[in-house]
Amino acid sequence: MSTAIQSGAAEGTSQRTVAAPQTPVIELQDLSVRFGRREILKGLVCSLRGRAIGLLGPNGAGKSTLINTLLGFYKPSSGSARVLGHDIRTQIRTIRSLVGYMPENDAFISKMSAVSFVQMMAELSGVPEAAALERAHEALFCVGLAEARYRELGTYSLGMKQLAKLAQAIAHGPKLLILDEPTNGLDPSARQRMIRMIREIRDSSQLQIVLCSHLLRDVEDTCDEVLILNKGRIAHYSNLEEERKANKRFLELETCGANGDFTEAIEKLGCECATIGNRLKMILADGVEVRDIYGIAAERDVRIRRLNFRRDTLEDIFLKAMEG
Amino acid sequence: MAVYRRTYTSYSGPLTSAWSRCLVLFRYSRRNLFRSKIQTGLFVLCFFYPLLCLVGIYAVHNLSFLERLGANGQSITIDNKFFFVFINVQGTLAFVLTAFMGPGLISPDIANGALPLYFCRPFSRAEYVLGKASVLAILLSQITWVPGLVLFAVQSSLAGPEWAWQHLWIAGSIILSSLIWIAILSLLAMALSAWVKWRIVAGALLLAVLFFGAGFGQAINGVMRTHAGHFIDIVYLMATVWNSLFRIDSERSMSSTAAWIALLVYCGICLALLVRKVRAYEVIK
Repeated sequence: MSTAIQSGAAEGTSQRTVAAPQTPVIELQDLSVRFGRREILKGLVCSLRGRAIGLLGPNGAGKSTLINTLLGFYKPSSGSARVLGHDIRTQIRTIRSLVGYMPENDAFISKMSAVSFVQMMAELSGVPEAAALERAHEALFCVGLAEARYRELGTYSLGMKQLAKLAQAIAHGPKLLILDEPTNGLDPSARQRMIRMIREIRDSSQLQIVLCSHLLRDVEDTCDEVLILNKGRIAHYSNLEEERKANKRFLELETCGANGDFTEAIEKLGCECATIGNRLKMILADGVEVRDIYGIAAERDVRIRRLNFRRDTLEDIFLKAMEG
Repeated sequence: MAVYRRTYTSYSGPLTSAWSRCLVLFRYSRRNLFRSKIQTGLFVLCFFYPLLCLVGIYAVHNLSFLERLGANGQSITIDNKFFFVFINVQGTLAFVLTAFMGPGLISPDIANGALPLYFCRPFSRAEYVLGKASVLAILLSQITWVPGLVLFAVQSSLAGPEWAWQHLWIAGSIILSSLIWIAILSLLAMALSAWVKWRIVAGALLLAVLFFGAGFGQAINGVMRTHAGHFIDIVYLMATVWNSLFRIDSERSMSSTAAWIALLVYCGICLALLVRKVRAYEVIK
């Protein structure tokens, strides 16, 4: 997966550029949004090309404002943005025809059955009546609401309403799916179901996803690229896939019977080590493999109870970005 | 139907034209309105008076039929007053119908936060308002100017081309008087339902605007010894316009031009209220 981020308005923003042949999903060009005197988004510049992009940030960071601006609900005060190559200032109708949107808050029509609701939304996106009905049934089957599709939406539980919102977002077959806090208010099992569904949709490779959340776990489970916003600025950009690969040389060992001799032997291989109690953290030197560590342990009769590739969790990345 | 597909599939079929999407909203909203038996019954009730008028016109041109009933054929005259009364009766029924049906058009969407779902699609706010307004406009047209023109056509065919030519202006008056009333009612109902959100309260508010407006206007006139109070009395303004359109001689304390301007200002205010409220998310500055 190729990714690119050119620059960020905020200090400490990662600067990485990888050539990418395809059109960026989202391209922010010095985008600012102002409500009255308050500047909500401050000169955002970036180019995102991932298959599933996570928008992270604390409450009030500007995540939803960014999504609403990309959908044309708010007008940029300066700068612009492109979604799938289309300018939000001049081609908002085209953008909206390519996007499926699942809003954060309750959004439904209470006196309507789920099938009618999803069918109407698909028709408003331009799908002909008969095809829209077929797509509505398919979408509701896809999200797991098949049994309840003739029930009025007003009678749905919170989790079911979330699924109905997802169904209307995918019914017209968008190229980009924007999900704003999709697991809001869901119990753990419903959350798992929602995450699994998002992954399935992502893996179908027929559309790209932008997931906006303040729940790190949701983003970590579904996204391969993360943009962290803080106080209306880009605080950090991270490609989780690359991050995972890059951290393959960080090891964390839990040992039994190890002494200074064991650590010394490892350091002689060129590895950097740090010992905390019976735990040992190390960075493997080039050419050193895990089997070498096992060899040294066997020679010194040290038992390795646990061995993990230590990588920065999204939580670490997020906290670092917030500190920055 | 391919309901066996449980995984996501993209859509690559044809798309409908952009202009036709207003009709989608019209179709679904109309279907929702007629789910209520009361509203359907009320709509049917609105056709009784036009039918009565039709019988009246037929009877006037068939004196033998009237004599059989023991009535005097000269007692009913089909002229501008006849159509003025017709528009007054149907206008009142249109108002009652709007009070029942109008608030249910926008308020459920706003109360349940559905507006972002409409506007994240290639569908503008103007198209949304147009789609919703068309439901009321078409329903109210069906009970006002459409039957009015049918009655005019029947009368013309029975009275002959000379009568039709001499009274052609009545047809224009029927259309114009109905359209301004429909515009006022539709916009007022939608604006109130957009601001109040609760359907029942919005319906009650519509009644209050017309009835309390009239009472309040009279009170202002009485206390301040002026005629300015009529400007907040939409019913009075409408009656002034209708009087002038149907050339009815009656003493009005306001010119028809002033009444027209006042009604257009009301339409403008309602549109401004709709523009303010009908949006995906409210911006709090």
